[in-house]
Amino acid sequence: MLHIENLTAELPSATTRRPVLRQVDLRVGTGEVVGLVGESGSGKSTTAKTILRMLPDGTRVRGAVRLEGQDILDMDGPRLRELRSRRVAMIHQDPRAALNPVRTIGDFLTERMVHTLGHSSRQAERQALALLTAVGITHPEQRLRQYPHELSGGMLQRVVIASALAAEPELLLADEATSALDVTTQAEILAILREHQRRRDLGLLFITHDLHLASAYCDRVYVMYAGQVVEQAPAHTLFSSPRHPYTAALLGCTPKLGDHTPVRPIPGRPPSLGDVFTGCPFAARCPAAEPACETWQPVHTRTAEGGSAACRLLERHPAESLPTTSPQEVHP
Amino acid sequence: MTVQTATSPAPGRRSAQPEPPPGRGRLLRTGLRHVRSWPLPFTVAAAFLALTTVAALLAPLIAPQDPQAIDLNASSAPPDGVHLLGTDQSGRDLLSRVLFGARTSLVAPLALLLCAAVIGVALGTLAAWRGGWTDALVSRVTDVMFAFPGLLFVVLIIAVFGDGLTTAVVALALAYSPVIAKYTRSIALSERAKPYIDAYRVQGVSGFSICVRHLLPNLAAALLGYLVLMFGEVLMGMTTLSYLGFGAQPPSSEWGLMVKEGQAAIVQGALWPALVPGTAIALTVVAFNIVGVRVSDRLGARER
Repeated sequence: MLHIENLTAELPSATTRRPVLRQVDLRVGTGEVVGLVGESGSGKSTTAKTILRMLPDGTRVRGAVRLEGQDILDMDGPRLRELRSRRVAMIHQDPRAALNPVRTIGDFLTERMVHTLGHSSRQAERQALALLTAVGITHPEQRLRQYPHELSGGMLQRVVIASALAAEPELLLADEATSALDVTTQAEILAILREHQRRRDLGLLFITHDLHLASAYCDRVYVMYAGQVVEQAPAHTLFSSPRHPYTAALLGCTPKLGDHTPVRPIPGRPPSLGDVFTGCPFAARCPAAEPACETWQPVHTRTAEGGSAACRLLERHPAESLPTTSPQEVHP
Repeated sequence: MTVQTATSPAPGRRSAQPEPPPGRGRLLRTGLRHVRSWPLPFTVAAAFLALTTVAALLAPLIAPQDPQAIDLNASSAPPDGVHLLGTDQSGRDLLSRVLFGARTSLVAPLALLLCAAVIGVALGTLAAWRGGWTDALVSRVTDVMFAFPGLLFVVLIIAVFGDGLTTAVVALALAYSPVIAKYTRSIALSERAKPYIDAYRVQGVSGFSICVRHLLPNLAAALLGYLVLMFGEVLMGMTTLSYLGFGAQPPSSEWGLMVKEGQAAIVQGALWPALVPGTAIALTVVAFNIVGVRVSDRLGARER
């Protein structure tokens, strides 16, 4: 359904010396939950923004972003508004910041239905009540009259999800939708999101920095680093057999329950937009890097699990999988 | 008894009193407690402005004389029992003239400030929202207006369109609108960067709708504070124009015009005809500044 092809984006700013996105390929099928994982600054949110054409003015974009075959990058004003209001909905990281503080929850929910979807205000209110109930909010009549500051973060995120569902979109973008919530609330929100995704057969692009969460929650996971997709794999294989050293290192960063081996942070720092790469962007931090990696232009290699990864070493040992816990020992 | 204790409770005993039943007694009491927490200069200034406004509204009822009644026998008289603040050269009662003049002197700045606000807020929001060449154009035009002496610009407009109160109001509104546009642009830019605005954009809400329904309501408090703070300055600009003969025209008793007419009497040794309206201007401007600073502090206009 969503098909991003060879997407490269360059910001107009003078401090950026490389594209924020470089040759990104990504697909989300109908009814598929796709995870997009990476550190901050890896280009996850930029990818989501490109899908809605929300990049800053002057950004140069090449490649194609197609939704049901229509290229979003070529859309004119009215078509773009139709895309944003009816076809793609976004759930933001911080629901408190995503709502106008001086408007009530009811205003927030019904505004879109009345102004962009053409419902009557009574119809909109009825639908708002139904949606609030559907996302598990109690006393919806009362909530409609409340202001954002009167509700908890978890409540507000449900409101945002309700608003996203209101348009009955084909594709849902969840940009760190649960990262600002505590774990129990996070679990509830994830369950609600998944339930509605399944019931309505929505495509869901689930952006997170949490690789474990993504591999448990999604059907397929893309891992991004420095604006590039470094690995793409079915979720269940990613966790057990990561193919790109960065994926493996990312898994090694997170402590696991009952496992007392120390957490291994990735050495070095995440790349900034001022860094330029002559070869593989991860080479400088990669435990398995060889001198040739510095000049190797990343190309994806198919893996046995049905995914692909952009690592030079895979071209040599395509069958070999990387252990998850100790990236330092991969290629001693 | 409850009414008495409610209106004048001893400060030390207030907490010991039982909560009075809801109604006017409590409203009065909480109201008074509010007033008591105000700093003294603010209270005095606010009271003065309230008094001036009421006096302007009730001028026909409370003015002791007809403001236009000429009595050449009592020309440039100092205050006495009949003319509480004395008379001008034509023997017109100064108190009555100042009271009636308050109407013009307060309404004209209000009208011009509203005009300037409509123009300025619209341009500022447009510039902040559209960015690009729209922003560049609006910003350069406002910059040019800033560089141009305001009074000169106003006099130029009046020279083209003729003098009179209406022209003066329009000219001053045009002169002040760039100031408001610049302020609006700056606060609109920071508000625009907030995530909720993007959240509406990704819902496909039109830019106009976002500006009117979401951006401006969130700027309203700051803008209101800023406008109150500007009122004193605008009033001074208006009276200046009248003083120079470009604004209100005789026989109006607009304060600036009264000062102009009264200054001839100074040479003849009569201070009152210029002093009375001059004091009225000074007190009103100072009062507006004191009130304006607190109001805009409270509404968060100055922290930006």
